[in-house]
Amino acid sequence: MAHLRIVPDNTNIPFMRMRKWTFPLAAFLSVMSVILFFTVGPNYGIDFLGGTVIEIQTKDEHPNLGGLRSKLNDLGLGDIQVQTIGADNSILIRIGQQAGGEDAQQAAIGKIRTALVDQAEFRRTEIVGPRVSGELASKGTLAMLVTFAAIAIYVWFRFEWQFAVGSIISAANVVIMTFGFYVVTQHEFNLTSLAAILTTIGYSLNDTVVVYDRIRETLRKYKKIPLGDLIDRAINDMLGRTVITTVTTLIALFSLYIFGGEVIQSFTLAMIFGVLAAIFSSVCVAAPILIYFGVRQDQMTKKEDVEAAGKA
Amino acid sequence: MLHFTRWKMIAILTVVLVGLLAALPNLFSKETVDSWPSWVPKRQMVLGLDLQGGAYLLYEVDRQDYVQKRLRSLVGDIRKAMLQEPRIGYSGLGVQGQGVQLRVRDLSQLDEVKKRLEPLRNQLATSALGGTAVNEFDLTVGSDGLVQMSYSDAGLEQRIRQIVDQSIEVIGRRIDQLGTVEPSIQRQGSDRILVEAPGLDDPERLKTLVGQTAQLTFHLVDTGVSPTADTRKPGTIVLNSTDNPPVPYVLEEAPLLTGEDLTDAQATFDSRTNEPVVSFRLSSAGARVFGDVTAKNVNRPFAIVLDDKVISAPVIREPILGGSGQISGNFSIQSANDLAILLRAGSLPAKLTIVEERNIGPGLGADSIRSGKIAAIIGTALVCAFMVMTYGVLGWIANIAVIVNVILIFSIVTILGATLSLPGIAGVIITVGTAVDSNVLIYERIREEYRAGRSAIAAIDAGFHKALGTILDANVTTLIAALVLFYMGSGPIRGFAVTHAIGVATTMFTAFTFTRLMVAMWVRWRRPTKITL
Repeated sequence: MAHLRIVPDNTNIPFMRMRKWTFPLAAFLSVMSVILFFTVGPNYGIDFLGGTVIEIQTKDEHPNLGGLRSKLNDLGLGDIQVQTIGADNSILIRIGQQAGGEDAQQAAIGKIRTALVDQAEFRRTEIVGPRVSGELASKGTLAMLVTFAAIAIYVWFRFEWQFAVGSIISAANVVIMTFGFYVVTQHEFNLTSLAAILTTIGYSLNDTVVVYDRIRETLRKYKKIPLGDLIDRAINDMLGRTVITTVTTLIALFSLYIFGGEVIQSFTLAMIFGVLAAIFSSVCVAAPILIYFGVRQDQMTKKEDVEAAGKA
Repeated sequence: MLHFTRWKMIAILTVVLVGLLAALPNLFSKETVDSWPSWVPKRQMVLGLDLQGGAYLLYEVDRQDYVQKRLRSLVGDIRKAMLQEPRIGYSGLGVQGQGVQLRVRDLSQLDEVKKRLEPLRNQLATSALGGTAVNEFDLTVGSDGLVQMSYSDAGLEQRIRQIVDQSIEVIGRRIDQLGTVEPSIQRQGSDRILVEAPGLDDPERLKTLVGQTAQLTFHLVDTGVSPTADTRKPGTIVLNSTDNPPVPYVLEEAPLLTGEDLTDAQATFDSRTNEPVVSFRLSSAGARVFGDVTAKNVNRPFAIVLDDKVISAPVIREPILGGSGQISGNFSIQSANDLAILLRAGSLPAKLTIVEERNIGPGLGADSIRSGKIAAIIGTALVCAFMVMTYGVLGWIANIAVIVNVILIFSIVTILGATLSLPGIAGVIITVGTAVDSNVLIYERIREEYRAGRSAIAAIDAGFHKALGTILDANVTTLIAALVLFYMGSGPIRGFAVTHAIGVATTMFTAFTFTRLMVAMWVRWRRPTKITL
């Protein structure tokens, strides 16, 4: 029985020569992401800004959104956003941080509750006070940095320092580009988005290490071939795997995106982007970086000898 | 690589079987599982509030409020200490920033001042064994007569810790009385308390019960002066009633009785008006004080104050000697009930404010689960179909391995009692991705080795051997990331990290044992001489 082969055997794509434009492309996307992050900025949700989100389902199947909006505006709670999500009667209400500390947020939600309790069911209310929202951002960033440090140390021990730096740069590139994705699409950035970013870090590291492992193996096998050709060989040898894995992951993510419901839609979209960025990054950033850092092929030999001696 | 001893085989299959059994209860409803015989595992996965619905309330001790109240009472204590015989003359006694200061007139009395104020520094027991005791206040006595008592950082920190501990106890007692929900109450950091009530539909009642300080005090009312007049006597305060519009009352600041003098409180109905009221019983000491005061003040009103609001101000018709009484104040049946619960459970030692609140209605959580399930089934089916198209029989083996892997994740989450949240499901999905990847790595490697000229069986052997090294490195790296996130993160980050870490571990287990075993069994059965991958 003939099986499906997406990638033909014996490919010989010159990835390392392509680095002349893939590398600047990665750098450009990253820099743009950083610039956009600081100029335009992501559309932060209440998890990071503080504020209140209320999701209601009105008893009326097709409620008068304008009437609802003016009713809420009359409460004098500042800027109120009212939008439908999915069905006509699923409505999301957002109010900004109220001046006057934590108790003021509670008072605001009390007013809305009284105003709407007769005509709607409260499906979800989330209030994040001013103190907590700041902490979430700083804690999340700290967790990410410590993760990077721990990974760098492990990869350094298992490989060489060049690989450690490469895997971190590659993962950071993915994170930055995913942030950029959030800025460009203006999807709300909340704690779930943070989970999406963490997932892409995990995926990116996993993929980079797989590529590195193959490069190391090839380095040990062929000692005379120039580094660039070697890396090309390694990547081409496992191109089948890279593509098949990407396809399966994307199949899973797309079914989540299409069938998984409103709540995780923007989350899965970010992951789809992140997975593509991760694959691009391990082949086009993590691998060529080794050339710039000048991985010494004799280092590899020595290590292999030590390992062989250990096994004997 | 393809040889397994009988014992290893049994061990691997036992682990998989135990995993299947442990995950099994999750497929059935709670009622069905309860009816099973006792030897079957019954534990079910704990669903996070985002999936199950419920309330998440994060409270923080209001430091400023607490410090201000505490310092005001310290002022009173210092005044009392100075008025002891022989009296010490002072001026300018008052709250200043994080402390209290006063100026002693006669500098020769400074040593005596030090001696009298020393006990007010209030030594606090530290919770850690062998920890040094901390004083709540620092005392400085200047040679110019300026005396300051202020909070030390360590003292305030320790005090806040104690307040959190006491509050957790009080909240626990209050919720016990409610009986219907089983929330978890946990300390978070140094000054926060997290209350989580899964499955709770309406959080408002829980909020009234948890967040209310419920500081009850009885005061005599000074009817001789208007609340707006400047001629109030020292030692009196003005508090508003709960009426709409609020009515101000002038009260003697020192309470006659506090909630601590109560031994019981019950919601009942007034025998004459049939309105809901709260009846209370006083301790014997409290009853004596109350009897004395009411005997001396017949025909004067006294105020019942709850959290700085006058809830009622009845006139004393006759001395109340029995040690019991009732509070009326426009209660509904529920609010009378709630007040009784609050009074029985005791007051919170400080004001708590909600800094984060999330309520998810059960309907929304159920919607998330339903669409998540549909997506998972469709996604799995498509991935499986793709794998079979690409790898044939070995694709089926990979599919079984990935499904076993996911079941193992759920069984470990179940056994550990970890909580499955929406980010946790994301962790499972990414695991499916890497688990499929581990199979792809193995198969592609086998294919490569075969094309390089090895025999079918030698290629399978070498393929496993080489791919497993890669899988180990890749997964240990991700495992490190997941563990760091688990220890450093909270909430959703932690929810993601739990399933992700477990998933990485089960991926390594299935790749190294289960997949290999299945392929070995297939090889032994079919004795392949050709590999069609």
